[in-house]
Amino acid sequence: MIKQLGFIIFFTLFVLISGNFHAQAISLSDFDQFEGGIDIAGGTAHIPVMNEAAKRIMMQNPRIRISVAGGGTGIGVQKAGEGLVDIGNTGRALSQEEIDKFGLVSFPFAIDGVAPIVHPQNQVTALSSDQIRAIFFGQITNWNELGGNDARINVYGREEASGTHEVFWGRLLNKGEIVQTANIVQSNGAMKVAVAKDANAIGYMSIGHIDESINPMAVDGVIPSQETAVDGNYPVIRKLYMNTKGEPSPLVNAFIQYIYSDDGAEIISASGYIPSK
Amino acid sequence: MLLAATMVSVVAALSILILLIYFVRPIFSVEGLKAVISWEWRPFSGHFGIMPMMVGSLCLSLGALLLACPLAVGISSFVCVLAPKKPAKIVNAVIHYMTSIPTVIYGFVSIFLLVPLIRDWLAKGTGLSLLTATLALSILILPTIVLVYSAYLREKDSSMRLTAAAIGLSRVQYFLFVLLPLTRKGFVVASILGFGRAIGDTLISLMLAGNTPLIPGSLFDSIRTLTAHIALVIATDSQTTFYHSVFAAGLLLFLLMALINIIIRKLGGKAS
Repeated sequence: MIKQLGFIIFFTLFVLISGNFHAQAISLSDFDQFEGGIDIAGGTAHIPVMNEAAKRIMMQNPRIRISVAGGGTGIGVQKAGEGLVDIGNTGRALSQEEIDKFGLVSFPFAIDGVAPIVHPQNQVTALSSDQIRAIFFGQITNWNELGGNDARINVYGREEASGTHEVFWGRLLNKGEIVQTANIVQSNGAMKVAVAKDANAIGYMSIGHIDESINPMAVDGVIPSQETAVDGNYPVIRKLYMNTKGEPSPLVNAFIQYIYSDDGAEIISASGYIPSK
Repeated sequence: MLLAATMVSVVAALSILILLIYFVRPIFSVEGLKAVISWEWRPFSGHFGIMPMMVGSLCLSLGALLLACPLAVGISSFVCVLAPKKPAKIVNAVIHYMTSIPTVIYGFVSIFLLVPLIRDWLAKGTGLSLLTATLALSILILPTIVLVYSAYLREKDSSMRLTAAAIGLSRVQYFLFVLLPLTRKGFVVASILGFGRAIGDTLISLMLAGNTPLIPGSLFDSIRTLTAHIALVIATDSQTTFYHSVFAAGLLLFLLMALINIIIRKLGGKAS
């Protein structure tokens, strides 16, 4: 009896404490009490944020091991759903089918924009959204029609169910049919390499991945950036999500709360995204 | 013990086949075979055809085989028969080393070296093309073919060398008229292995071939292979209808491999 009572008190305390955790933003020193591993996989846009958070936590407490892998939004859903990783990242909201099948819980943590990008030496730096649609639908095929060099436009796209593709296709291309001859690359990183190496390329990728190797294209006079995305001038934006199967374990929950903390917000901003709260 | 080992591999291959057929079943019932065995991949307008990918896979791997096989025969003859000891040893070491280079390295290096080269020199397309992938892939499968074929060459060489020398054949004559016909079976086996490696490779085509789901009209067009298609769809999708087309692609790949295996074996059998 006493043993049972003790257990109940302990359990209640545990629930209270962990409930507390859920509500409060936590700091690095709170990780001292934990031990174990977190496996993360999925969306490629999330990687910079996950890596930096993982690095800081593992430096604070070497007994925690966090692995971060990519794979893409679908891999994130699949692996988290099958219980192969603790956190599966997605660059889009989960579909009802996915929630029903796997019982996943979503944690949106950042806002990201998707921008059309070109090679830095491209003379065309601003287009209207109609012109961008015409390029991706194959109606405009030469840069000289847009005031650039006399060169074929090389269109690069992403696979159909990519989170990055979904927002660009849905919000900017109005779900029109992208020209079939477009080259398809498999991640934000691959898109950056492809466009940075091809002077006549146009592609699209997450604003957080933009650096000096490529140029974001101004759309209807608005240059896509963290600032224009946050003040609402640049409309092609999406949320980034972490997903867990059911409610997360205390350690995984601590990681998620850390992403939500002020430290996390700073990491998210430094990675080129906008903290979602 | 041996029987058990054989059984394991046979059962593994069979259960993969059965599993694939099991997963492909929804397509048989929901979309109908017609949807998958068609020439158009536009999933959002309900076209799930994977035939362009099959053509892509075939073009790429046969192309790579065509390029790699003559090279491999040349290298094998050099290493085993024609070359003096020292250069032969060096080339042999390089070939052995090549087997241990991961695919992704070939893909990565090609993106930075081969792709811009092809784009600028030929001034056609984006540089991500059937040609680019074929070149990279032929280098990838080269050591496989060389190693298998030269094993056969060495075996025949050890029993024939003295005889040939006694007849007074030069080394080149000896290779062309004695060893080459004698090792035909080895050549067939080596090219089957090379083909298997080529058609199964994912990263090279994913990184270099451009992944356009269209039938190539020329060497400079971009293609999508079955393997790259599987990788692309799996990476971002999990529950939609066209997810099932991945299993159809897998099944097709499996059957294609079996078919080519049989054909090459038949050809080899007839020839000898």
